[in-house]
Amino acid sequence: MEPVIQVRDLVKQYPGVRAVDGVSFDIPPGICFGLLGPNGAGKTTTVEIMEGVTSPTSGHVLYRGEPLGARFRAEAGIQFQKTALQDFLTVRETLVMFRRLYSHGRDVDDVIRLCALEPLVGRDNRKLSGGQLQRLLLGIALVNDPQVLFLDEPTTGLDPQARHNFWDLIRAIKAEGRTVLLTTHYMEEAYFLCDVVAIMDRGKIIAEGPPSRLLKEHFDDVVLELPREDFGIDPATFPLPVLLAGDRVEISTADVELALRALLDRGIPVRHLRIRPRNLEDLFLELTGRELRT
Amino acid sequence: MNLRRMLAIWSARNLEFLRDRSTLVFNVVMPLALVVAFAVIFGGQPRSLFKIGVLAPPGAALDASLHPFLGTRYADFYAVAPAELAAAIRTVERHQSDLLIDLQGAPRYWVNADSPKGYLAEKLLLESAGAVAKREPVTGAAVQYVDWLLPGILGMNMMFSCLFGVGYVVVRYRKSGFLRRLSATPVTAVEFGAAQILSRLMLTVSVSVLVYSALALLIPFRNNGSWFLLLVTAMLGAMCMISLSFMVAARFTSEELANGVINLVSWPMMLLSGVWYSLEGAPRWLRIVAEIFPLTQMLEAARAIMLDGAGIADILPRLAALVAMTAVFLGIAGASFRWRPG
Repeated sequence: MEPVIQVRDLVKQYPGVRAVDGVSFDIPPGICFGLLGPNGAGKTTTVEIMEGVTSPTSGHVLYRGEPLGARFRAEAGIQFQKTALQDFLTVRETLVMFRRLYSHGRDVDDVIRLCALEPLVGRDNRKLSGGQLQRLLLGIALVNDPQVLFLDEPTTGLDPQARHNFWDLIRAIKAEGRTVLLTTHYMEEAYFLCDVVAIMDRGKIIAEGPPSRLLKEHFDDVVLELPREDFGIDPATFPLPVLLAGDRVEISTADVELALRALLDRGIPVRHLRIRPRNLEDLFLELTGRELRT
Repeated sequence: MNLRRMLAIWSARNLEFLRDRSTLVFNVVMPLALVVAFAVIFGGQPRSLFKIGVLAPPGAALDASLHPFLGTRYADFYAVAPAELAAAIRTVERHQSDLLIDLQGAPRYWVNADSPKGYLAEKLLLESAGAVAKREPVTGAAVQYVDWLLPGILGMNMMFSCLFGVGYVVVRYRKSGFLRRLSATPVTAVEFGAAQILSRLMLTVSVSVLVYSALALLIPFRNNGSWFLLLVTAMLGAMCMISLSFMVAARFTSEELANGVINLVSWPMMLLSGVWYSLEGAPRWLRIVAEIFPLTQMLEAARAIMLDGAGIADILPRLAALVAMTAVFLGIAGASFRWRPG
């Protein structure tokens, strides 16, 4: 199946820094593609080039086999990381204004319902909370009934409840067969929403594939987490690898029984023990040695 | 250009303006208050000095060596070029000058028989020791200061509305990322620019018509010309100043910088375009410099219509200048416009 978007050898050079360094990937239709990485990894620059609002130094992006142009602008829905809207306009007026910029699209009432904006339709844009504004920006991105939807860190700054509501919205949109490109530095979000992820660091793609496959390829163990105050011994004397992570201690092992015995033999309480599978954050640390949210 | 897209942005901008109550009230109340205040303060009183135009031989100084009358104290003599004779006679007709003397050949002078100060100035001329001058009587009702000031204040209000209402707003849109969001839609720069320009044109001219109508009810003032021609002049003047503002805002990202540049453009216009006082008697170079301002062209045309009843042929050069400047400003704006900060 022909990719919806093809990214080839993208380079973006700013004075003194190469923000994007030879990035290439394809996005097949109907999936949610996650572009992950810490702040400054180059993911927003990459996405802005893909959206056609920033020019690359070299390389190119194709939409359905064509250079980005009028067709792309008509069929793409974009939610930027930060967008200010016009003052003194209501939510409905803003959606109507953007809807009229496209020759084809969704009914505005349909967008209002999909994004749960009904209670806000008459509210001035300036009086929206962070979560409400994000829902409106998503609504704006949907007014043209886009074939491909770009979401650049859409849940940054939202509280957990608003974030989960937003995830439900994205899943509903994905269920309609839209292609979604999502950038985030929340690994839980990427794991929950994305069919394929590409991890960026220092302007390059360092891993790409379905999250479960990537984790399987790189890990065959699980992590035992304990409060640091409960561990109480020198990590070097413990027979398994121990990582001190803030106020927690993480023990990596493929043999949970062996690890539990080692803990109990040393009188370490396991009342607060938590066993978790490896996640994308672990993968990023494994690949780069850097924290994702730096 | 897609009309539907242009109208979408146009109507959104209109709503934004009309709901910004403080700005709207300021746009309407400020010119009303200024004109009424000046009408009350000056009350149509004539000016205190004798103001006398002189057509002198080339290179001649305007002093008593040329004619004894020019040695008269407490009179303001100013040079008039031969090409400006018709305009200078009009100032006598309007009582804006008390006398006009031609000393290039056999002395002659123009005086308004209805002007008290003209009468006194004529007496002084005739009693001076110079050669007897030939009398050229003219007639015309006195122009009250409010007649003369009203187009100036309306024009100034339009200028501020056009310059800040477009330039400042476009820079704010760019800085906030709203322009970048629009750039990701099918909207073109031409459609966006046309929407901003037409929105401001409609709002500015509507507010000016409203203020003009309100003033017509509040205070008597003169309009000897065509209302329609005055409206056309206002629209062309507004269009020119909006285009100037759009050109200034084509690239800037900083609101402070845009504010500074717009002030840099607006203040010389306010001081030199004849909003508050006439530049007759000012150095010739200054009058030439003032001609480059759109506000000068608009005000001169508007005053010609209102005070002299000028027709389209009389003000055509000024309207053509406004159209030409608009084309230049829009051309530069179109070539340099940026959706997002550089």
